[in-house]
Amino acid sequence: MAVIEDMQSVPSIEDVEKIKDRRRRMAAVGVPLGTALGLIALWQIGVKLFGVPTYIAPAPSDVAGAFISKFPVLMENFWPTLFESVAGFAVGNIAAILIAVAFVHSRQVERAFFPIAVFINTIPILAIAPILVLIFGPGITAKVVIAALICFFPTLVNMVRGLQSVSPQALELARILSASKSEVFWKMRLPSSLPFLFSALKISATTSVIGAIVGEWVGADLGLGALIIDSTFNFNSPLLYATVFMSSGLSVFMFAMVTLAERLVVRW
Amino acid sequence: MMAAENIQGAPVQSAPRDLAASLQAASVRFGTFTAIEELTLDIECGSFYTILGPSGCGKSTMLRLVSDLIPAASGDVTIFGKTTEQARLAREFAFVFQDATLLPWRSALKNVELPLEIGRNRGIDIPVGSRSPRELLELVGLKGREDALPHELSGGMRQRVAIARALVCQPKLLLMDEPFGALDEMTRDRLNLQLLDIWRETGTTILFVTHSIAEAVFLGQKVIMLKSHPGRLREVVDIDLPEPRTIAQRDTPEFNRYSAYLRNLLETC
Repeated sequence: MAVIEDMQSVPSIEDVEKIKDRRRRMAAVGVPLGTALGLIALWQIGVKLFGVPTYIAPAPSDVAGAFISKFPVLMENFWPTLFESVAGFAVGNIAAILIAVAFVHSRQVERAFFPIAVFINTIPILAIAPILVLIFGPGITAKVVIAALICFFPTLVNMVRGLQSVSPQALELARILSASKSEVFWKMRLPSSLPFLFSALKISATTSVIGAIVGEWVGADLGLGALIIDSTFNFNSPLLYATVFMSSGLSVFMFAMVTLAERLVVRW
Repeated sequence: MMAAENIQGAPVQSAPRDLAASLQAASVRFGTFTAIEELTLDIECGSFYTILGPSGCGKSTMLRLVSDLIPAASGDVTIFGKTTEQARLAREFAFVFQDATLLPWRSALKNVELPLEIGRNRGIDIPVGSRSPRELLELVGLKGREDALPHELSGGMRQRVAIARALVCQPKLLLMDEPFGALDEMTRDRLNLQLLDIWRETGTTILFVTHSIAEAVFLGQKVIMLKSHPGRLREVVDIDLPEPRTIAQRDTPEFNRYSAYLRNLLETC
């Protein structure tokens, strides 16, 4: 009787493997999370230990406090930035995709416009932002344009490469099947470009938020960028830090959405 | 002199059979480089031809010439009496590449269906074979893997999908450019036998480029030997081995005699 009980309590090899697997997965989440929490604790202790004034460097508890007490303000400023980022992301990437298609379609178009695209890309976004605000006014348009501009170039370059990534043999296959140019585009070029496109979209998911915030710095009443400027000038460091976390949270959200879309679309 | 060399060992054209393809003094040039020079060759309907030759003899170039991928600089190429372009538009032939060339985002079944989709929206009359894409996958031994993506299949399976795709429009001429070159020997043997079954069943003409003498003898009713610099016809060797071919035939003296003959011929190319 006792022997049987003993045998039952001995875990099978599969169970051991399952436990090991669970431990490995917990470690994959636990280690980085623990490190982050440790660093935050260190920050809290350091600030309190050395008596650093809050306006120079707020303790994590102060930032958390600002996050809770100023949550309505943060949200009020979050929505415009979200809208500008998403709109800029859409406009910039759609333009880049269409122009990439034109480039691949015609060498002449590429020769004519690619140097201009490179030139625009070399202008620092901080330098071009005031120009765009002057042109489009202090409204939301300028921010969308800035966010779009910052998304544009990586997608253009990647999309051109992606559309050209069809193997020579696949093109021979298309020729043997007497495929038309549009059939080659829809059935071969466009699908093969998708992995390249998503690499670019992941970059622009986060840069579009940067673009929107930079645009708000130059001139806006509302938005996370405006709130950053506002809280800096008011030495409201806890709110500043909370806003920064909010911005990076927005970037992470955008990035996660693109990653999710990639997983659904690119399954090969 | 040239003519004498061409005729030597060539199939005796006593009873004129229908020709699948005919090359008349066809040359291919890339700039100043002559890849194929004055190649004259008749491909009879329904036969299995293998093409052998030293590297650089224009084996692949010859298939690409026949399949309208590259033009003839001079001379004439006809397929079932049509120009190569007409034959291409009518889907008279299909091509199997060295690497399977499947579209990685399409399932095995969707890859086989590709030729049926191309041209459909332009009102082009696509010849539809008697076998459905599903039946073709079954024919090449991939029943149950219809929904697998190419990266989920082994190299041999991918190549079988490519063969099924080539057969979907029921081509009268099947052009194969070292299709099993990248596979291990066991897989290659199995696919060779499968290909012979398919050939017997469909009655299609096959032009099969290989660099393996054993494969050339095993598969071919006729071996076309090309020589290099520039690519020319060396000889067409009839392989009189009993049909259907079996793996065991490879150990027979007849098989070895053909292999030895071709090996000697290859050395003089």
